[in-house]
Amino acid sequence: MALTLEKIPGQEEKLILNMGPQHPSTHGVLRLVLELDGETITRATYDIGYLHTGIEKTCESLTYSQVITLTDRVDYLAPLSNNLCYCLAVEKLLGLDAAIPPRAQYLRVLLTELTRLNSHLVWLGTHAIDMGAMSVLLYCFREREEILKIFEFVSGQRMMTSYFRIGGLAVEPPLGWEKRVEKFIRIFPAKLDEYEALLTRNPIWLKRTQGVGIFSSEDCLAWAVSGPILRASGIAWDLRKARPYSGYEKFDFEIPTRTEGDVYARYQVRMAEMRESLKIVRQALEGMPEGPVKADAPKIVLPDREKMKTQMEALIYHFKIITEGFHPPVGEAYQAIESPRGELGFYVVSDGSPKPFRVHMRTPSFANLQVLPKMIEGSLLSDAVACIGSIDIVLGEIDR
Amino acid sequence: MNLTSELESNPVIKKLEESHLSGLEKAEEHHGQLCLTLSADSLPACAKLFRDDPELNFNFLSDVTCVDRFPHEPRFEIVYRLRSIPKGDELQIVVRIPGAAARVESLVPLWPAANAFEREVHDLFGVDFQGHPNPARILLPEDWEGHPLRKDYPLEGYR
Repeated sequence: MALTLEKIPGQEEKLILNMGPQHPSTHGVLRLVLELDGETITRATYDIGYLHTGIEKTCESLTYSQVITLTDRVDYLAPLSNNLCYCLAVEKLLGLDAAIPPRAQYLRVLLTELTRLNSHLVWLGTHAIDMGAMSVLLYCFREREEILKIFEFVSGQRMMTSYFRIGGLAVEPPLGWEKRVEKFIRIFPAKLDEYEALLTRNPIWLKRTQGVGIFSSEDCLAWAVSGPILRASGIAWDLRKARPYSGYEKFDFEIPTRTEGDVYARYQVRMAEMRESLKIVRQALEGMPEGPVKADAPKIVLPDREKMKTQMEALIYHFKIITEGFHPPVGEAYQAIESPRGELGFYVVSDGSPKPFRVHMRTPSFANLQVLPKMIEGSLLSDAVACIGSIDIVLGEIDR
Repeated sequence: MNLTSELESNPVIKKLEESHLSGLEKAEEHHGQLCLTLSADSLPACAKLFRDDPELNFNFLSDVTCVDRFPHEPRFEIVYRLRSIPKGDELQIVVRIPGAAARVESLVPLWPAANAFEREVHDLFGVDFQGHPNPARILLPEDWEGHPLRKDYPLEGYR
């Protein structure tokens, strides 16, 4: 607890206030130190690392397939986005990226977009409750539960899914999953209207968000801010369009942008993004190709249970992959995706052994959080809470 | 330096040659992405060129990280990732520095975003970024001994 702000001589009447790490509106274990003149923040700094578990180091002692389970825990609100990004990076390293079957690609897109909805729902609910709109949280978690039920049905897990594997998916989803997704996308647009009816033209909400925490597009670029904050400042930058991955080029969707760059603009961008995600989910469901969900790469992808029990060759491959892992060529690969929070990147370095030599995660929250002091200096204390909510941080991926 | 004709025609390398900045040690493509290895002392000038040249316009420093090649020397590879928004180009810059003199010029004057990224590398690898405005640990407590992402950091046992 050594981090603090020193009092400036001659300004001793200013109050140094410690906020967090156990503070509900810091969305985890973020600690802020604020210097206050009355209710105005004159200086601010942040302290992170309370959730540092050394995930990047742990990756170096696990095989490539085992690392997938750690990626869920990096950003616990968007586990499938992390699964996808890591798998794409390793597939690039293996030269397997062209071999992923179309059905696996479509299912990956569908599930990551549902993940975006899941993450944005948590953001909306917590952001609203931070500002005193209690009921929105309950509604958001009601719909989020439906998404988590779909995840549980498909992958067996509500939150730590680990469903994407290197070379495709873990298993073909159980029969009847389409009906569940269909039902969800049928009811969800009306729910979105419901949230908007509560907030979009609510005078208290407008007063709390409009003109608050303004961040210009030039500042966003200089400070490496990505995701909805960048788009709310007027730059239509989305990696799904700019550098498509996993077949995103086949889907028709817009990049919502605003030019105001304030908390309200970020709210509008994320609300519009949810509708766009819904469009992508619908297209993926309608155009879902038939076929396998795993690439044909017996040395990398685990064989089906049936084959493993009846064919000697498949059993040997299974044994080799489980006990030893596979050997990617010496080299490195970087893959970036548009996670719900911005640019998420995995940098994987291989030395030819079955364990990664280095895994680095470029997490959007880590980059986006460092603009918080600049965003809140000069504003009111209560606006700091609005700004934290609008950045949409996840401490798991900041501290890793 | 010998380059393939494909790399020679790359606008980034052309600009580097036109500007007579020495320091390019290696240029290669990893999975369709240009990766330049630069000498440590040429990094700030080259990075400034990449940022300010209107045709290149790498205005977004998306990441700074490090790879420890211990026991090989030069031990540390500092990896910078640049983007040009909204053009969409990507560029990876690698700077190799020896373990005995693990220091490199900070890029905070060019991109303020480098602040947290460089602090993280400093914290976990023990690389010094010269000219950094706040060279403190960021993730670990300030009294922590050692730099955990180094390859010679003990994985178990008492400290």
